[in-house]
Amino acid sequence: MTTKKLAIIATKGTLDMAYPPFILASTAAALGYDVQIFFTFYGLQLLRKDLSDVMISPLANPAMPMPIPMPVMVQMLPGMESMATMMMKQKLKKHGVASLEELRDLCLEADVKFIACQMTVDLFEFDKSEFIENVEYGGAAMFFGFAGETDICLFV
Amino acid sequence: MNFDKELNARGLSCPLPIVKTKKSLADMTTGQVLRVVATDVGSIKDMQAFADQTGNTLLSSTEENGEYIFFMQKK
Repeated sequence: MTTKKLAIIATKGTLDMAYPPFILASTAAALGYDVQIFFTFYGLQLLRKDLSDVMISPLANPAMPMPIPMPVMVQMLPGMESMATMMMKQKLKKHGVASLEELRDLCLEADVKFIACQMTVDLFEFDKSEFIENVEYGGAAMFFGFAGETDICLFV
Repeated sequence: MNFDKELNARGLSCPLPIVKTKKSLADMTTGQVLRVVATDVGSIKDMQAFADQTGNTLLSSTEENGEYIFFMQKK
């Protein structure tokens, strides 16, 4: 049986959008897939050693379930992002959903390969020392070397 | 049913029961049996799917007092 391959392009850096790449990658790895994630644009935030700044915003996010209906005028008040993030993290913990750090570690343990978009690193002048070490830097062409051979390729 | 190793996946949500099952099987030998106890209802279908896709054998899948118990034999 040939090994199946999964490629994921992670472009978002918010708490809600950080979960799908790590959940799908760790699951696929457990199923025996060879997995690579290409982190580009805001997705690069998910490679930081410290993920505490990864937040969720209630603004422009009407599908997010809220404990009480909240007008947009209230959602934009200072501190609302931190509050929404804190509440979401509590909810995730209560339901036994792993933290982002834990899922990311599980991916690395399972040999999921992380590729960071060099262009975005330069564009936003990110400091590579703030990223975890198990990252390879490259461009779209390098990613396609793997993506072109995959069974599944997802854009998140 | 006899088993060689046990995994407590109580209170864990997707994908942890599957990921931890895979990790637990890693240091076992062919034919050995892993018992997994989970509380995530999604794990019923996920454990079957895991077995189907990895070639390990799901010997049994039962529910007892709100807990889901699986016996997975390593291929």
